[in-house]
Amino acid sequence: MPPRRPMGPRPKIENPGKILKQIFSEIMKHYAIHVVLVVIFIFVSVLANVQGTIFTKDLIDQYIVPLLKSKNAGNPVDYTNLLNAIKRVAVFYAIGIAASYSQQRIMVNVTQGTLRNLRNRMFEHMESLPIRYFDTHSHGDVMSMYTNDIDTMRQMISQSMPQMLNSAITVVSVFISMVYLSIPLTVVTLIMVAVMLYATKKSAGLSSRYFVKQQKDIGELNGFVEEMITGQKVVKVFNHEEECIANFDRINEELCDSANKANKFTNILGPINAQLGNVSYVLCAIVGAIIAINGWTGLTLGKLASFLTFNRSFSMPINQVSQQFNAIVMALAGADRIFKLLDEEPEVDNGYVTLVNTIEKDGKIEETDKVTGTWAWKHIHQADKSVDYVPLKGDVVFDDVDFGYVPEKIVLHNVDLYATPGQKIAFVGSTGAGKTTITNLINRFYDIQDGKIRYDGINVNKIKKADLRRSLGIVLQETHLFTGTVADNIRFGKLDATDEEVVAAAKLANADGFIKRLPQGYDTVLTGDGANLSQGQRQLLAIARAAIANPPVLILDEATSSIDTRTERLVQEGMDNLMHGRTTFVIAHRLSTVRNSNCILVLEKGRVIERGTHEELLEQKGKYYQLYTGKTA
Amino acid sequence: MVKTLLSHVKEYKAASILTPIFMIFEVIMEMIIPLMMASIIDDGINKGDIAHVYIVGGIMVVFAVLGLLAGLGGGVFAAKASTGFAKNLRKAMYDNIQTFSFSNIDKFSTAGLVTRLTTDVTNIQNSYQMILRMAMRAPATLIIALVLSFTRSVRIASIYLVAVIILGTILAFIIKKTMNYFGQVFKKYDALNESVQENVSAIRVVKAYTREEYEIDKFQTASNNIYKMFVKAESLIATNAPLMMFTVYVCILLISWIGAHMVVSSTLSTGNLVALLAYCMNILMSLMMLSMIFVMITLSIASGERIAEVLNEKADIVNPDNPETNVKDGSIEFKNVYFRYNSTSEEPVLKNINLKIKSGETVGIIGGTGSAKTSLVNLISRLYDVVPEDGIDKNKDGAVKVGGVDVRDYDLKTLRDEVSVVLQKNVLFSGSILDNLRWGNRNATEEECVNACKLACADEFIETFPDKYNTHIEQGGNNVSGGQKQRLCIARALLKKPKILILDDSTSAVDTATDAKIRKAFREEIPNTTKIIIAQRVSSVMDADKIVVMEDGEINGVGTHEELLESNEIYREVYESQTKGDADFDEIGGEC
Repeated sequence: MPPRRPMGPRPKIENPGKILKQIFSEIMKHYAIHVVLVVIFIFVSVLANVQGTIFTKDLIDQYIVPLLKSKNAGNPVDYTNLLNAIKRVAVFYAIGIAASYSQQRIMVNVTQGTLRNLRNRMFEHMESLPIRYFDTHSHGDVMSMYTNDIDTMRQMISQSMPQMLNSAITVVSVFISMVYLSIPLTVVTLIMVAVMLYATKKSAGLSSRYFVKQQKDIGELNGFVEEMITGQKVVKVFNHEEECIANFDRINEELCDSANKANKFTNILGPINAQLGNVSYVLCAIVGAIIAINGWTGLTLGKLASFLTFNRSFSMPINQVSQQFNAIVMALAGADRIFKLLDEEPEVDNGYVTLVNTIEKDGKIEETDKVTGTWAWKHIHQADKSVDYVPLKGDVVFDDVDFGYVPEKIVLHNVDLYATPGQKIAFVGSTGAGKTTITNLINRFYDIQDGKIRYDGINVNKIKKADLRRSLGIVLQETHLFTGTVADNIRFGKLDATDEEVVAAAKLANADGFIKRLPQGYDTVLTGDGANLSQGQRQLLAIARAAIANPPVLILDEATSSIDTRTERLVQEGMDNLMHGRTTFVIAHRLSTVRNSNCILVLEKGRVIERGTHEELLEQKGKYYQLYTGKTA
Repeated sequence: MVKTLLSHVKEYKAASILTPIFMIFEVIMEMIIPLMMASIIDDGINKGDIAHVYIVGGIMVVFAVLGLLAGLGGGVFAAKASTGFAKNLRKAMYDNIQTFSFSNIDKFSTAGLVTRLTTDVTNIQNSYQMILRMAMRAPATLIIALVLSFTRSVRIASIYLVAVIILGTILAFIIKKTMNYFGQVFKKYDALNESVQENVSAIRVVKAYTREEYEIDKFQTASNNIYKMFVKAESLIATNAPLMMFTVYVCILLISWIGAHMVVSSTLSTGNLVALLAYCMNILMSLMMLSMIFVMITLSIASGERIAEVLNEKADIVNPDNPETNVKDGSIEFKNVYFRYNSTSEEPVLKNINLKIKSGETVGIIGGTGSAKTSLVNLISRLYDVVPEDGIDKNKDGAVKVGGVDVRDYDLKTLRDEVSVVLQKNVLFSGSILDNLRWGNRNATEEECVNACKLACADEFIETFPDKYNTHIEQGGNNVSGGQKQRLCIARALLKKPKILILDDSTSAVDTATDAKIRKAFREEIPNTTKIIIAQRVSSVMDADKIVVMEDGEINGVGTHEELLESNEIYREVYESQTKGDADFDEIGGEC
């Protein structure tokens, strides 16, 4: 089963009407005709039911009583009329059943289809959102939209909505029938319904008050359990079991108490309404009997019998609707979150410079559809529509760049850097100095506040994001793999790669060795982010993935702290192979990777405080010298 | 599983028994009403006897009130019983979890345990309440209404009986099929969730490789599969209601036809005909209810099983019968020690470990990942137990001794108070810094806490916080840096004033200078405490009395820094790679 959203306090919904409208329009987008049919079918099946109940009246008044009379008068009893009437009713019933089935069956498609469309739209939209969205939203919350929130909506669309419609049609048609059968009895019924509504409101009010308390207590218990179970080993090490149990007991008792009260008031609502319904039934019976005996207003025995059945069907919807209420509130809250996701601004991409395959003809670069292995930026100048082809080289310039994740707090100040094709640029500095942040900017995961970043002389803002990212390879500190085979994961870097290319990339990354030793080699299925591989192996796969994409520029965030010395050497070699001949930005953790860089930038508190080659920096006897030698100058 | 769960009803047994009794009483009151109605029609209206109408009507109201009381009672007791049962289950689970050893904890994931304590218990609570209220009520309605129908007319009642059997069989068939489908739906759901999960956590990779379209395609395939499976399952369910309608309608028509004949031939009164029509609805509705209950229960079986799993899990490390409650000194001895996490796994994690550590010594342990450094020290405070060489033969069992006594003979609390471990994956809890420190010693004075923090070099940064020692730590310690967290954890462990202190890679995020300062403080301030330091950095263990080099679960070498440089290849290799200007920038420049 899908994971559940931890229950916090009951959500407040700001604009239920608007959300409801959004849900409707979501359904109507693809299923307008279906919905019309459903409404018609519900109508038909309710009417079939109502006519059946009215038949009880005819059965008694028009057939049984006259037949009884004629039999008592000594005449022969002729059942043909009754048989015909039953046949007629049977036909109506058959129509009702058919309508009911059709309605249910159509609803399945409407519900599941709408949910599928919604899910697909959510995912599609989610993929278009900027990295910022994922950095600022809890992954659990995003996940639960696809499971819990969609699930509450499923309940609402498939059950609550038809139920409400059914109830509404039932109430109206039963009301009309009741008025037709007997006005005084209708009045009695209405009064009792008013009493029931009042009782429902009272009891639901009480219940919801404890319901809120219960949700709060559940939240508290969840929080406690989550924190304490996470730290369970620490609890053991410090012999803290008893204190934990004492705290748990307190919260557990509290929850039990509020849950008990909330459930109690919800539970008694059922019997109250049921018995009030019975009282209503009894009152109608008594009043009906009196009227019938006295022969007022022509209330016959058959009418009374029919009416009593209607009395039941009239109060039933109240119960049903009140039961649906909680489900609807939950669904609206879920829908609200889903629509908020859909309303999130997607990543803006005003880039118009694209990456195209080129072919050289008579010393001139020309665009081609064929895969040539040579690329160029196709730059259509906004002013005169003239087209320029700039060969893709991997030349990156930062010009006085300022950046902050939030505008008020700048984390990178006045960063300048220049990397010509094939150069290796290293960033060093302590944790939090802003090294990883820089890598977020080149590929435009985040946009800079001030300054310019140029790629092959073109402002990156002018380059279409997809093309920009296609030209950049990236190996992140945290390796993420996908469910699928090892080969699939490598092929992620180039979807149409041949098997040979996959193996070649793996070899380049030093991954071929361990992959061959896996039970199914390249076809070994990885699950759960490659949980069956070691950290080092996962990193080797990530390198192979970058290698197969064969980008001119590489960004390597090479954290190897959790890898043992031997694997680290393999990873290092893989990275070195990959860097060969490419412009590379390295976030260096090991001094050995830095030494042969063309330029080393020492970052501190978001500023470049030193720059130069290894030798130059040692000469300066500054921070780098200090980091490298462990001595203060 | 059911037995395990039900044994925790305990003090709520009375409420659990009273609820169905009240529910049955309520049903009886309800079932009598159509009979009364028949009486009003036959003896009142048809005979023109208004007095009879009043009397019977009065009785009916009384019954309705009695029914109401029973219903209220049932509701109140059901709430009490089910929420109480849930509370007991949670408590029993939590209490049992507290007895779990590390290997018990490893068996369940954290998320798994949290789900069991919360969602699963709620599922069981709801099912239990449903069973108490409905599982009795529905069959009771069915039986009573059927019996009463038989007393009115055997012929018509027989129709009901046949209808019940047929409808029941078909419903059972449908349920079985749909459950099957739903099982598959859940599996498909897992695939979808996986896709979402991967995309949320690996969004940077997806975007970096511009694979959005590719991932969307993958997702839509998963999404369509769910759609297809759901439509299959629910189409089947969609036949439920029409089927029910069909049965009801057939019954009504048959009764109308047969009933009319019987009334005319005076073998059935009009009133009884009306009553029989009412019972028809009651019987078939309760059947429908039963099928719903069945589905609910089936769905909660999985939850029940997960809870029972926790309840039945036996702690594999328990206090010995006559525990030793005094740890003489901080000496440690490993004798012939083998260890595996899983008794069935072939290769032991630790192999043939023999090691003696004198009280008050400082011992460094160094080795690559997976060389079983952590496994080694975890045996000292009996977080895991030593296993025999071949996993079975107890006679070949090795031993870990602390203060000359096998750790398995100590009172667990005593042992763990005297052997203080700073775990590799450590956590702080929400609360003030002082609250967190006092985990080490609940009665520690503020002064003692400050002293411990000074030893662990934590005092210097705590003093820079505006609220100093009262600074609130967020859940998991997310508002302090990695290095600060590690130092707080060390201070917390120091407050125990242990005879043995174990630091499992506990200064990895602390800069070298501070690391050295901490070690100096240890040497000077707690010279009698045995100190075991696991580290990645040679500099952290260089000055230890003894350094243990681990490789593939075995001791590769023991000696002082100089001795090992001379004799141990692995040690020399690690040392050279770390001192030749190849240190780690992050560590060096880490938080100070």
